[in-house]
This record gives sequence, structure tokens and C-alpha cells, in this order.
Amino acid sequence: MTHEHPHGDETPATSDEVVGLSRVCVEFDGDHVLEDVDLSIRQGEFVALLGPNGSGKTTLVRTMLGLQPHSHGRVALFGHPLSRFRDWQRIALVPQRLPGASSIPVSVWEAVLSGLISPKRRWRPYLRTERAAATQALTDVGLWSKRHERLDTLSGGQQRRVLIARALASGADLLVMDEPTAGVDAQNLASLTTLLAGLHEHGTTIIVVTHELTGIAHLITRAVVLDPNSRETIVFDGPPPVPGHHLHDHVHHHESELGRPGVVELEP
Amino acid sequence: MSLLDFDFMRRALVAAALVGLIAPLIGVFLVQRRLALLGDGMGHVALTGVGLAFLLGTAPIPTAMAAAVAGAFLIEFIRYRSRTAGDVALALLFYGGIAGGVMFASLAPGKAASSLNSYLFGSLSTVAEGDIWALALLCLGVVAVVAVLGRELFAVSLDADIAAVQGIRVRTMSTLMAVLAAVVVVVGMRVVGLLLVSAIMIVPVAAAQQVTRSFRATAVLAIVLGLTASLTGLVGSFYVEVPPGPTIVLVALLSFAVLAVVAVPIRRRRREVR
Repeated sequence: MTHEHPHGDETPATSDEVVGLSRVCVEFDGDHVLEDVDLSIRQGEFVALLGPNGSGKTTLVRTMLGLQPHSHGRVALFGHPLSRFRDWQRIALVPQRLPGASSIPVSVWEAVLSGLISPKRRWRPYLRTERAAATQALTDVGLWSKRHERLDTLSGGQQRRVLIARALASGADLLVMDEPTAGVDAQNLASLTTLLAGLHEHGTTIIVVTHELTGIAHLITRAVVLDPNSRETIVFDGPPPVPGHHLHDHVHHHESELGRPGVVELEP
Repeated sequence: MSLLDFDFMRRALVAAALVGLIAPLIGVFLVQRRLALLGDGMGHVALTGVGLAFLLGTAPIPTAMAAAVAGAFLIEFIRYRSRTAGDVALALLFYGGIAGGVMFASLAPGKAASSLNSYLFGSLSTVAEGDIWALALLCLGVVAVVAVLGRELFAVSLDADIAAVQGIRVRTMSTLMAVLAAVVVVVGMRVVGLLLVSAIMIVPVAAAQQVTRSFRATAVLAIVLGLTASLTGLVGSFYVEVPPGPTIVLVALLSFAVLAVVAVPIRRRRREVR
């Protein structure tokens, strides 16, 4: 390579930048889902990507992870352009569920260990330290006693905790979570919140994609709001909402029926 | 006279054991990815290979292998290209495979069309001496690939997106899975037959997963059931004088029914424990 910086004449990524998007466009059949998106997420941030269904928040996450091709712009992970990024064990995607675990029985333990699967471990069995990390992760989410159970027989909230343990076992320092609180009961929500707070304290970067901040509003350090009807994809990027204040013209947040603060909703 | 005194029977037993072993091993991944019918389609495509072998006078196993592997690549290409129309496109490929097979075999000189039957439903007497070594090598290859790449195949079957974020090459693994299914189809072609070989990939897995709680246990039990079904089915067809394919599949289905009944009290007890 003759370039001094991998980014060419762009400003080089600062060393603690975990995710960097510059002028990223994504099209579906000619429709611009993301238009000129600039987003830089630094190590240790706890970012909520907010917006209604169809606002492009899932597309944004898929684009930054290389799951969705973009037509324009640059995506960088940990300072490397996406095409040259190889350090995938630093990233863990935490889904709402594992589709493959409902067609064939998958035990809780197998689900957690599956977080360790990587081409880099292809030629060897898991090390004792790796298994210990998985044990610790499952213990941390309080589900060690369920390790022999079928994953799909656990409650929704417990499954979510297993999938977080899966991410923890992998040792990732960037967690990308899809609707971590949706359909989680109060008790599971409390332990989930404690878990995330602990991770954040230890410097893990967390990105949550959600349409409600119930239960995790106090943990968020930054809110990024997407609106499909606006000319710009990102309509708000800044500190998290404080109850009683307006976030943006299009965004209102209010106390929910239960009186929990921090519920952000976008008007249709 | 015992059935082991017949050379052809000993070879058929070895071939049945091989397919009984590797078919559920690959089938467990296919069922997990909800691609249970992929093996079926591969069998149809392999039939065109058999028809071509009759027409061109080449050896059936390599020709069927070439057709099935080409089919595997084509299927993965179609699946990747057309997410919604993939289902229909696959159906077209499958119909084309079986029609092409019968067409080529009918055009071939001699009694090729009538011996096509033994490829469709399996036969006790058609496993040649040289075939055994080829089949054994293919099985060894399948087992070796699963030993090294099984975890990555498992991750892709759990969720392709998450697997991709773990650095796993999802398209390569998908194609590999289709190729492995193609190999199983060819290994099972002589004894079980192309129309039923995918049943031995799927039925033991479907039977096993009723009573298991983990992927590993499902795979192990499915292999035990697959081996049992293929060996007892083969022996049964020796005495009753019917093609082995249907006998083997019926034994496998019987194991499914038995485990379905057994599973009821097991599930109830687990629920009470919790």
C-alpha cells in the first residue's frame, strides 16, 4: 500500500473510534433508506439507536456490521475499513432469538459456546480458559443451573440473558443489541439492566437498537434518532432524553402509564 | 444359508452402514436451517447424472456426483440471488432433474430405462466391489469436513447474520453444506435410491429431536437411529424381497412414531420439574 493512511485522504480515524460511518448511503430498489449518514461511536459509549419501525435503524446497524451493502460512503470498524476488518471476535451481535434453536434442540450451554465459534478456532478444540469464560458468562446472567435445558423452553427474558451470556463469552468489547428489552418481564429487565450497567462500567461499547428506552434510559450516554420522513436520516444525535424535555420537534417523550420515566416515542 | 454368505449382501450392508452414518450427520444441519427438502432436490438432480451416465456409457457414481455437486452450486446460487423466488426456482430445478434423468435414460441404448428403477428405490445387488472403496472414501471426506468445520456450519444454521459477524464465511459454508448433502445423496444412491435417500437424512433427525435437549445429543441419536434403520431395513428387504429403500425409510418412520409416543411422558416430567 502506498497510502499513508488506510482511509486515503480522509481524516484518519481516532484511535478510540469503534464504529465510523461517513456519508453512507444505502438503497433498496432505488429508495434511499440511509442518506449521507455520518456517525462516529467511540469506545465506552452506550448508544441507543431510536426510531419507529421502518426508520432505517436496523439497516444502519446491518450496514455498520457489513451485513448490508452500501452504495456510497465509508464504514470503518475499530479504525479499519470494513473490507479489511478481520477482528470479528471484538464484536458480538445480540439478537432477540436464535432461529436455528427452534428447529433443532439447542441447549443453553451450546448456545453460549456458539459465541466462541470462529474460523480462528477451526483447527483446535476450545481452550480451558475459553470454556471458563463461557461458564463465568452463564453464571453472571444467573442461568448456570439451566445449562442443560433446551434454549427454546426458557422464557423470552431468560433467552435474552442467555444470548447476552453468549456475547460475553466471546469476550467482545462491542455489543450490538437488537431490542434487548422487548417482551422482557420486570424481573428479567432488572437483572438485564444490572448486567448492562456492569458491562458499560468495564468499558464495553454498547449499541442498542430499540423503539423504547423503558428500563435502560438511565444507562444511555447518547441517543441517535432516525426519522424516515425527514430529509436527513439522523434527526437527533446527542445526550439522552431527560424526562420532561423535548428531544426534537418530531420526538416526544412522556411518562408511560406505569409512571416510568424515559419512554421515548416518535409520533407517526 | 446366512445372508452374510452372499458377497453382494456384505457389500450392501457396508454401503447401508455408511449412508446410515453420514446421512443424519448432514441432515441435522439441514433440518436446523429449515432446508429439509434440499436433499430431496439433490436426489432429483443426481438422477440426471445417472441418466447421462447411461447415455454416455460412463460410470454412474462419478457422473451422478458431478451432477449433484453442480446442482449444489446452482441451488446455492439461486438461493442467494432470489430470496423470495428461490422456492419456485428450486422447484423448477428439481423437476428438471428428474425429467432429465428419465429422458436421458430412455434415450440410452439397451435396458437402461428399466435399471433406472434400482437407482430410484435402491437395490441389494448393485453395489460393486470397487464402489465400496469409493463410498468409504466419500464418507471419510464428509466426516473429516464436519470434524473441522462442524462448529461453523452449526453457527450458520443458528443464524446466518450472527455467524457473519463472528467472521464466518456464510456463503462458503452454505455451499459446503449443499455439497455435503450432494455427497450423501450419491453415497445413498445404490442402496436407498435417489427418491428416498433424503429421507434417511431427515427422518432420523426428526425422530431424535423429539426426545433430546441439545444439538449434540440430537446428532448422536439421529446417527444411531439412521444406522439401525438402514441395517435392519436392508436385512428386512433381503428376506421379504422388496427394494431396500422403502424398507429402510419405513423402519426410520417407525422409529419416529415410537419416539413420538415416548416423548409425551418425558416432556411432561420435564415440565413438572420446572
